[in-house]
Amino acid sequence: MPDGAYNYAYLDEQTKRMIRRAILKAVAVPGYQVPFGGREMPLPYGWGTGGIQVTAAIIGRDDTLKVIDQGADDTTNAVSIRRFFARVADVATTTRTEEATVIQTRHRVPETPLKEGQILVFQVPIPEPLRMLEPRETETRTLHALSEYGVMQVSLYESIARHGRIAKTYNYPVLVNGRYMMSPSPIPKFDNPKLDRNPALQLYGAGREKRIYAVPPYTPVKSLDFDDHPFEIERWTECCALCGSRESFLDEMIVDDEGKRLYVCSDTDYCQERQGAQAQGKEAP
Amino acid sequence: MSAPLLSARGVTKRFGERIACRDVSFELWPGEVLGIVGESGSGKTTLLNCLAGRLTPDGGTVTYESAAAGTVDVHGLSEARRRLLARTEWGFVNQDAREGLRMGVSAGANIGERLMAIGARHYGTIRQTSCDWLARVEIDLDRLDDRPTTYSGGMRQRLQIARNLVSEPRLVFMDEPTGGLDVSVQARLLDLLRGLVDRFHLSAVLVTHDLGVARLLTHRLMVMQGGKVVEDGLTDQVLDDPQHAYTQMLVASILPV
Amino acid sequence: MYVAVKGGETAIEHSLELLADRRRGDRDVPELSLRQIDEQLALAVDRVMTEGSCYDRELAALAIKQARGDLVEAIFLLRAYRTTLPRFGDTLPIDTARMVAERRISSTFKDVPGGQVLGPTFDYTHRLLDFALMANGEHPAAPTAPVDTTNDLPRVGDILEREGMLEPPPSAENDAPAQDITRTPLTLPASRPVRLQNLARGDEGFLLALAYSTQRGYGNNHPFVGEIRFGAVPVSFVPEELGFAIEIAEIDVTECDMVNQFAGSHDVPPQFTRGYGLAFGHAERKAMSMALVDRSLRAGELSENATAPAQDEEFVLAHSDSVEASGFVQHLKLPHYVDFQSELVVVRTLRAEVEARLQQAAE
Repeated sequence: MPDGAYNYAYLDEQTKRMIRRAILKAVAVPGYQVPFGGREMPLPYGWGTGGIQVTAAIIGRDDTLKVIDQGADDTTNAVSIRRFFARVADVATTTRTEEATVIQTRHRVPETPLKEGQILVFQVPIPEPLRMLEPRETETRTLHALSEYGVMQVSLYESIARHGRIAKTYNYPVLVNGRYMMSPSPIPKFDNPKLDRNPALQLYGAGREKRIYAVPPYTPVKSLDFDDHPFEIERWTECCALCGSRESFLDEMIVDDEGKRLYVCSDTDYCQERQGAQAQGKEAP
Repeated sequence: MSAPLLSARGVTKRFGERIACRDVSFELWPGEVLGIVGESGSGKTTLLNCLAGRLTPDGGTVTYESAAAGTVDVHGLSEARRRLLARTEWGFVNQDAREGLRMGVSAGANIGERLMAIGARHYGTIRQTSCDWLARVEIDLDRLDDRPTTYSGGMRQRLQIARNLVSEPRLVFMDEPTGGLDVSVQARLLDLLRGLVDRFHLSAVLVTHDLGVARLLTHRLMVMQGGKVVEDGLTDQVLDDPQHAYTQMLVASILPV
Repeated sequence: MYVAVKGGETAIEHSLELLADRRRGDRDVPELSLRQIDEQLALAVDRVMTEGSCYDRELAALAIKQARGDLVEAIFLLRAYRTTLPRFGDTLPIDTARMVAERRISSTFKDVPGGQVLGPTFDYTHRLLDFALMANGEHPAAPTAPVDTTNDLPRVGDILEREGMLEPPPSAENDAPAQDITRTPLTLPASRPVRLQNLARGDEGFLLALAYSTQRGYGNNHPFVGEIRFGAVPVSFVPEELGFAIEIAEIDVTECDMVNQFAGSHDVPPQFTRGYGLAFGHAERKAMSMALVDRSLRAGELSENATAPAQDEEFVLAHSDSVEASGFVQHLKLPHYVDFQSELVVVRTLRAEVEARLQQAAE
């Protein structure tokens, strides 16, 4: 079928308006999960249907889109989503965080600090932070309405009692603007501090579960913890084998049959920018 | 104290055509333990659930003298306020401890939950408080990190009591707290409850079918039959000199100890 | 020096080419036509239309061909197409009493007005492989049964209903426009129209297993097949410009009216209740499963003890959709390097701590 058979950015304008209304509501009530009439997309559920609906509803011809999965622009699903928008929205794409106006991501927040005016769109599999503690939607909605979040603190207590530390590593729960508990999507907790008072707008789309939520620019986002067991992020003793960074999230590669390990930046754009700067003999960013 | 802690006026609850409890009124004063006795099906558990805000009565009102909010109509409160009350000023001890505990997390987390729900954020302090309460309910401290699934029935019930009392509630509702336990385990639990009621100056409404339990723990008794209160008075008076035929039958049916 | 893995774009292109090639298979074998699929794999087409919520035999056949016969994938294709279609409005409810029935059976009465009509069914085949088909033997045309199209075929349920033995179908809800679950998010508790839409789109295997579980004691609802009918019904639509109904199509549907025992409650004397199932095309297994599960989900409304999975509205409605389920299960194939890396870091730390403790204890 020729692409002319579809509306700009795939979704019809009525659907886009419905999604935009949900986004506006989400921005107005930071961290609150707004139900929306999620459509069936030409992408399987769980593969970013929420993210692409949000992106499709906000993208315009002047935008520059970056899509990452696991921090990398060239992972297959990121490639597939970028191609989808290049085709249906005729939009410029980039791999450079700095150039992008809209960044759709799965599982990472870019290392390069975001600026005002940029929008970060997260793909969310399970929007409900309390889901694994309480499977019932009717009950979790009540818990949010009443700010009854003791059960999450209980799970963190239990983790310390069992492991001597909070052993939760990704999808680490946060409290947004002192009110709603929110799932930051399965980003590593390493990225949680970047959510706090970020100048960019964060939009979270869950297609299968039909929820949209948001963190407006400069909104406080606190990772849950205890006074005597404060929130901590992952640290590596190694540095990136390609750019030498000691500040970024590192992926571990197995490079030979003996199980030899090598560590490289998960954020490919950040790593390349640093390598480029080093090649020109400049100070790395 | 000038006001009763809890007052019920004309509380009525129907299930379809059946009236589970009919026009029940009473006052509970601070420091008092009120027993509700009767056979199963007499409406005592329904009444307890109405008092604690877990069921909405079809008629009548329940008012509570809150430390934080003054006199409140239990069923007129928003759900948020009622749930807050239930986890701060009140406690509820279920007959089946599994319903009142989180079976999937440790005893320490069970006791600490109320503290965390009202904002405690120091792991060490929460843990220490859990230890103190475990000791008070006579459970070995080395069971602190064990899950209640590994506990015996009596231990679970004691843990449920600790989990409720940790927030130092003023009023505790108890539904057959000794039901389903061995006689020797029951005796120990009753002893413990009596000590805690005295020590923390607790007020309580206790539902039981066991007149022995009622005699040991309660100051006053209400006898229910077919959803109605047929007799009430001081516990010793009611048990030693029952006036209503149904009460006489209940008293006569206990084996002399 | 290590070079990061690249080339996602080329890999995807190659994968798409391979897929197209494998779909076609051996070029010496003639390609299937959509018409062949429609005519000879008609029940597959029916299922894809039902769960794809789109009555178009040609598109369903195309989806089956493109999906290489994977029906869940075909349903997904049809849904992703359907979602982009503009809405002109709602048709009037179909009236199955006006069905030109090719098959109609009741297991509650030996004979019913209009009679029992067996029609085409697998029920009494002996499930012996027919080797004549292997040899492409042509089957003689069946004698065409005279189908009575002059009279309406009264529903068995209506007859019981007149006597007060069977609850009437809910009428108040019929007046309100039903919420379209493909346009508005599912909120719980759900109304019965919403539940029925969800079940109609639900995966046949999932509903079959749930329905089966009710018969094995997990929420038994004492069912009888009041009636199953299959045939063509007219579809009518009221265009705004005209203001009166016109017939725009005729579609094949399978309807199942399940009659279930009900002990009665404090307010209601004992009577029979019903569960309802409807599917596009000829799909009795689906319609029956749907009817059983519909009845199970009414446990709350009928003050029955809801303890079994099939009675749990939130559990059933949230997990019935094959497109949702298939996508989410298969998303585990996507890279999870980052989450796994975080887990590696913490598990290594925890292991090191335990080992250090054990060593200390040993010394």
